Amino acid sequence: MNYLLKKIKLSAAVLLAASLLGANTLQAQGSDDNTILGAGSTFVYPLFSKLFSVYNQKTGLQVNYQSIGSGGGILQLTNKTVDFGDSDAPLTDDQASKMGAPALHIPMCAGAVVITYNLPGITANLNFTPAVLANIFLGTVKMWNDPSIVALNKGISIPAFPIIIAHRTDGSGTTNIFTHYLSAVSPAWASKVGSGGAVNWPAGLGGKGSEGVAGLVKQTPGTIGYVELAYAMQNKMTQAKIQNTKGQFVAPSVASTIAASNITLPADSKIFIVNSAAANAYPIAGFTWALIYKEQNYSGRSAVRAQKLLQLLWWNIHEGQQYCEPLTYAPLSPAATKTAEAILKSATYNGKAILK
Amino acid sequence: MDNNQSNIYPQNVFAGKYLNKSLTVKAAKTAKHSNKQIRVEKVFKQALVLIALSMVIIVLSIFFTLVVQSLPSIKALGWKFLGGKTWDPVNNVFGAYPFLIGTLITSFLALVISVPFSFAIAIFLGEYYPKGWLSELLKNVIELIAAIPSVIYGFWGVFVLVPIVRDLETKFGILPYGIGIFTASLILAVMIVPYAASLGREVVRMVPSALKEGAYSLGATRFEVIKNVVVPYAKSGLFAGILLSLGRALGETMAVTMVIGNSPLIPDSIFAPGHTMASVIANEFTEAADTVYLSSLIEMGLLLFLVTVVINVIGKRIIKRFTNE
Repeated sequence: MNYLLKKIKLSAAVLLAASLLGANTLQAQGSDDNTILGAGSTFVYPLFSKLFSVYNQKTGLQVNYQSIGSGGGILQLTNKTVDFGDSDAPLTDDQASKMGAPALHIPMCAGAVVITYNLPGITANLNFTPAVLANIFLGTVKMWNDPSIVALNKGISIPAFPIIIAHRTDGSGTTNIFTHYLSAVSPAWASKVGSGGAVNWPAGLGGKGSEGVAGLVKQTPGTIGYVELAYAMQNKMTQAKIQNTKGQFVAPSVASTIAASNITLPADSKIFIVNSAAANAYPIAGFTWALIYKEQNYSGRSAVRAQKLLQLLWWNIHEGQQYCEPLTYAPLSPAATKTAEAILKSATYNGKAILK
Repeated sequence: MDNNQSNIYPQNVFAGKYLNKSLTVKAAKTAKHSNKQIRVEKVFKQALVLIALSMVIIVLSIFFTLVVQSLPSIKALGWKFLGGKTWDPVNNVFGAYPFLIGTLITSFLALVISVPFSFAIAIFLGEYYPKGWLSELLKNVIELIAAIPSVIYGFWGVFVLVPIVRDLETKFGILPYGIGIFTASLILAVMIVPYAASLGREVVRMVPSALKEGAYSLGATRFEVIKNVVVPYAKSGLFAGILLSLGRALGETMAVTMVIGNSPLIPDSIFAPGHTMASVIANEFTEAADTVYLSSLIEMGLLLFLVTVVINVIGKRIIKRFTNE
């Protein structure tokens, strides 16, 4: 018995030592000031790939971005293992309190959520009002040829097909923007389901990622779903026109998304630009924000590193914006750029502003 | 006496002394070699014991980690987690019941569909064609089925199986999702056939010929021999194969999540979409930022772990009963 006990203690000690060794080596990454680390939203990853490779050719700064999801990015920033995070939704109070120190939200670009559908025989872009859209996703409107849908689309003969809903099964910024929109336009949705990265969908099938939802819509006739603008455009999917606050039925596009973000933003830029009050705005749009700590002197970071980070983000919101449109992202409107500049200028190192 | 001998054979005395000395040296060398061998044996045994114990420690620490990380949601939700039917990340109300049902239904349905196939293959390869080119070909193909990554099964399911099931559903007049519990069970059934088939084949081959020939000599037909001699003898091994298949089906994630519809509502028919414990963890883990949300997902993992343990324990009991009969 003694022999066995000794063996158990020995193996436990060996395993513990090995795991501690493993944990220590992770701290060594990113200590070189010519490499900036970022993590977060998958939505913005194609744009960031382009931006960072161009910036690297211009300045030689290496940026390493891991697209592990908005939640993951926030977690890594909280653990101070990355220099910046990226999230499709502003920090919740819970997340902000876990961070400890105040964090800045810098809008990088905007994106739109497209309502796409697969109705055999219909290639036209159907019109939807917010109320009808909410009813469809709540499950109260069950057939495509429901009177409320037919009334909005006179001249198109809609077949009698059951509506099948496709939603995201993984937590995502796209879901966050869409559910915020539905909560804003439908009190029934707000009380029954609410908004967030992942919600309790009343009905429908779940697909993983925008590609999962796009796949479900393409393959199952009668399905309606929501995907990022980039997916809908690249896969040439049918896009619905949604009625905005001005009563116009607006099709999703880069132009209408820029229009949505051309409103007065709050000083900290934490706002969901859904159901935007601007003219010609597409109602289901949202920003993606880069997140950094306001006070950049933490965990022994150098002033040089903080400077490089802020210059990178400044470049992103100015010269970097020209790369948005070719990749079907909406660049920041003039109002949004002004707000972003002010926020970047408020970042400090030891209390002193970094960018002049 | 000694003097006499030494006088007659002086060489022997010399040789004897030399022999004595070399005997001692040799004895010493042998003793040293034996000691070294004994040490090698000891060290080898200790290393094996260490490795075996570290496996146990790893499993225990997995269990321990799961329990510790689930504590926030256990404190917040208590026993309601097991019976709760809503999965609401917005209001932090989590219930594992739909996922438990989804996992159990898909796994057992897949087992029921796959068992006739795996038994048939086991008996065909064990009894009828234990040797030969057809046997080798079939054996390799079956093992290849186990080797294909599950994502590929998911793709195959989405592009080939789902349209077929959708046509079937349109014929029956059901909502033509295509994806759902039925499709997921079909894919799982294909994936788990090799486990029971391979093990079954080995066990069927090991049935002693004496028993079979005794039955033949009494006038039994081939079918009667299989039914009355081979299968009862190989019962425990066949059941162990089924248990292996079931274990694989319970934990399968990627292929299932692509074809099951991922709907956290309790399925009302076999063609309805559902959800499983493994797929909800895979889908929602990366973005679960809230403490109770993340902890509920880990508690789901703990539940899956415990379900697997319980099924394994029951299975082992049944096997023991078979072996003792």
